[in-house]
Amino acid sequence: MTDANGIGWLGVALAIVGGALRVSTPYLYVSLGEVLTEKSGRVNLGLEGVLLMGAMSGFAAGSLTGSPWLGVLAAGIAGGLLGLLHAAICNLPRVNDIAVGIALFLFGMGLAFYLGKPFIAPRAAMLPALPFGFWSDEPAVRAALEISPLFLIGIALAILLRWALANTRWGLLLRMAGESADAARALGYSVNAIRTLATIGGGFLGGIGGAFLSLYYPGNWNEALSSGQGLMAIALVIFARWNPLRCLYASLLFGGASALGPALQTVGVTAGYYLYSAAPYVLTLALLIYSSSTRHALAGAPSELSISR
Amino acid sequence: MRVPSDSAADTSHLTQSPAAPMRRWLSFAAVPAYGAAVESACLSLGAIAVALFLFGIFVALGGHNPIEVYKALYLGGFGTRFSIEGALTQASPIILTALCTAIPARVGLLVIGAEGALVLGGLAAVLCATAVSTAPAAIGTLVALLGAVCVGALWIATVGALKHFRGVNETISSLLLNYIAIALFNHLISGPIRDFSQTLKATSWPVPPAFRIGSILGWSVHWGLVIGVALCIVLFIVLRYTTLGFSMDILGGNRRAAQVAGLPIGRLLILACAIGGGAAGLAGGIEVLAVHGAASESLIVGFGYTGILVAFLARQNPLAVIPVALLVGGISASGGLLQRRFEMPDATTQVLQGLIFLCVLASNAFAGRIASFTRPT
Repeated sequence: MTDANGIGWLGVALAIVGGALRVSTPYLYVSLGEVLTEKSGRVNLGLEGVLLMGAMSGFAAGSLTGSPWLGVLAAGIAGGLLGLLHAAICNLPRVNDIAVGIALFLFGMGLAFYLGKPFIAPRAAMLPALPFGFWSDEPAVRAALEISPLFLIGIALAILLRWALANTRWGLLLRMAGESADAARALGYSVNAIRTLATIGGGFLGGIGGAFLSLYYPGNWNEALSSGQGLMAIALVIFARWNPLRCLYASLLFGGASALGPALQTVGVTAGYYLYSAAPYVLTLALLIYSSSTRHALAGAPSELSISR
Repeated sequence: MRVPSDSAADTSHLTQSPAAPMRRWLSFAAVPAYGAAVESACLSLGAIAVALFLFGIFVALGGHNPIEVYKALYLGGFGTRFSIEGALTQASPIILTALCTAIPARVGLLVIGAEGALVLGGLAAVLCATAVSTAPAAIGTLVALLGAVCVGALWIATVGALKHFRGVNETISSLLLNYIAIALFNHLISGPIRDFSQTLKATSWPVPPAFRIGSILGWSVHWGLVIGVALCIVLFIVLRYTTLGFSMDILGGNRRAAQVAGLPIGRLLILACAIGGGAAGLAGGIEVLAVHGAASESLIVGFGYTGILVAFLARQNPLAVIPVALLVGGISASGGLLQRRFEMPDATTQVLQGLIFLCVLASNAFAGRIASFTRPT
């Protein structure tokens, strides 16, 4: 984390901004992936497994080929395959998608740890960072404003997804499958096919989120790499009310909240370090309690979604 | 783009099958309740078989001989007295955490908060034991375990209450509560209640040695296993043969019907969650009193998540939880042998558990098919 000792509380603010920019990227990708999946009417609770598989395959491909961007691609493909697995099982009748998600979480985690064992030692080529802090002489500012290209791509993706969901034929089909499966069936579309594609796409994005973890920040592969970012995807999406653009804001907020503890530590405030780390979860729970109601579904939730019924 | 729907034209499934009388030979219908139980058992066993087969392919791709791996799985989990003891020790907390998913499932809730309830239960056991540290041994143990049960029950009852009063989705709230519980746990054991003589890792104050739970005579398995098994049997009887259990099944089967029948829905939801949470809290308390002697990170090893797998494999039946937990505990226990003999990563058994979980869920697609095959016409 940023060395903020020199500039005191301003440093804390900088460290939170820097942390938000760095930590938010995996949140952004998993939440965008989850929005894509949930808009089609299905929940994938297994994005944590997808994230870890993505991190592992990204790191492995990155260190084998020497190209971090091939690693990102491999991570996306691995995530997409796990998404396909989720969709294939959920396409069967009488299968609970939330339960499959939990199973996918355990399976993906086990698989990533199993296959990733040989890669714990070596280092892979890292993704480059873009120095947006070039105008400042202050090293803290420079460190805080080093931005990953994946973050910028993520912002573009959020905008693109928002636009595509609202304005394209594919977006309309996806939302129809999520709002009324009967309507989609009546028009002759296969709801399962739409949801399968949406889950694969969601897995692809989740995998890229994992690649960010192993190829940029913290930038290595080990079994304690993820601190539950994938599991938070589902909370983030509720927080963002199924809107890709709000996913971006929510990810930044969560990233900032996660950076609170480490940032305060740099100025010597160490009491309650672990309590600060719970900030995103408390935030989400509070919002969930506030916005839920026994009489109507969550605002903005696709009506076919099992968590909103 | 449009694909014609095929469901309208196909009515062949409505016509009578000529083979119907033959199928009566296979009928479970004379004892319908047992028929359903036999069917679930068949589905679960079938799913395990398929998962083992896929696992065989998986290890074969890794260059190992699958037959040898199966043998090691059996030896490491069930083959010797030592491995059976390992399996039983592993199964003890899993039996209890599985109840945290299985009991709320009876009222139609999918709760995954066992991990959080377990760590808080462990914490409560330490705090209660410290508070009564001068009490006689039996009373101290009892107070510590009761504290663990109460904290776990309250924690998950919150999930039920949020569901009933605010409509908060129980899966998500219990997932979030896991993280909050673990943060609270880490906060307390790394500061306020830390035992600073333990420098290797953050550990809480130790429980008084007199309060520790010992082993079953002649076995290196602690009494916690007996508590878990007894609780499963009691809950099975309560759910099966009392009005309370019947009410819960009605609520789980059809919420509207429960409403019409005038059942106290809120109370049932919260009670089911409290029972499940109490069981998971108890698991944490027992782990502290019988295995670790203090609360530390060693409590957070995923017993809560394995419990979800066990609950689904047991199809939310408390009695079936016992053998399934033994099976899953055996698989976990065999990890060490796989690691030593084949130099496989320790996550190998996790892969197998994940495969079993996926296959069990997929097998739900065939639920009711066997019964409809054998139903007399």
